[in-house]
Amino acid sequence: MKDEDIIHNEVLVTRRADAESWLRQTIERMSQPGINWSRKFSLFNYPFVTACCGMEFMSVNGPRYDMAQYGAEFPRFSPRQADLIWIVGTITQKQAPILRRVWEQMAEPKWAIAFGVCASTGGFYDNYCTVQGADRIIPIDVYIPGCPPRPEQIIDGLRLLMDKIQTEHGRVMV
Amino acid sequence: MSVLALEKLKRRFGDDILETHSKLGDDTVLVKPERIYEVAQFLKDDPELQFDMPIDNTGVDWWQVSEPRFEVIWHLYSTLKHMRIRIKVRIGEDNPTCASLTPLWPGMNWHERETWDMYGIRFSGHPNLKRVLMYEEFVGYPLRKDYPITKRQPLIEERLVRDVPTQRNPPADMLNRP
Repeated sequence: MKDEDIIHNEVLVTRRADAESWLRQTIERMSQPGINWSRKFSLFNYPFVTACCGMEFMSVNGPRYDMAQYGAEFPRFSPRQADLIWIVGTITQKQAPILRRVWEQMAEPKWAIAFGVCASTGGFYDNYCTVQGADRIIPIDVYIPGCPPRPEQIIDGLRLLMDKIQTEHGRVMV
Repeated sequence: MSVLALEKLKRRFGDDILETHSKLGDDTVLVKPERIYEVAQFLKDDPELQFDMPIDNTGVDWWQVSEPRFEVIWHLYSTLKHMRIRIKVRIGEDNPTCASLTPLWPGMNWHERETWDMYGIRFSGHPNLKRVLMYEEFVGYPLRKDYPITKRQPLIEERLVRDVPTQRNPPADMLNRP
């Protein structure tokens, strides 16, 4: 039997597709928890700090509340090296193109946290200059309310994101 | 404290000083718009006053309240005599222009740019009168009372976000399209 015949043999092709898909799913099922586990404990931050919430972000990054215990303490000030963007503070209309550009510069896989009410919804700045939530500019994974949020809330939000990362499904590219 | 300044101004400029008061210790003088530069120069140069420090410049929009529509306000401080004074001019809606005090106090530069940005008051003689807080593409003057309260002017197209309709933001306005 020649190669062309194998390819055009419908039964054989179906069986091969079945086998490939079974193999891919098995690899994904076995490797995904491990990949997700390693991703969620080594988040590299990009702090997009625009307003007063930055003070609370510094506090939660410091030794007392210790974000390092979740492996998310190290800020990278280049979006190309980060995989989690913290939008900390009010996003104005003037700031919006910058935020989108930074987000587009980040490499996949990437996540975003809206930190505080201003980043989540615009807060009480319902006026001419404020974007009514950073989700109008980029997709957000976790919203942390508060003005500013307490460090416990921030840790809680980070844990929510880590749970979300753990349940994510990727595809094996072959 | 600077009642002295008010007295000196009244003696020196006479009818060009429209109104003065010292309510709650805030000495205030209302000047004819065309004489503001001379008054400011006198306040700066007079050896008994020496208002050498610019504190603030701002505007007030009295739309549908009183005429003329705009009020421009400067605050000055004398670091040598420890006195404060507030100077006001009133200008009309059709040509909101008055003299810039930036040539006298370079620190007034950004304050007057902000007043231009927010109220559209033109300062003649200002070296660099352009927007300082809003972006150049912004149309209109946001702190004028006739600027629509929900009007936004996004620079980039926004993502579609479903939102809870409120009385102030009707659903059609939620998507924020200009």
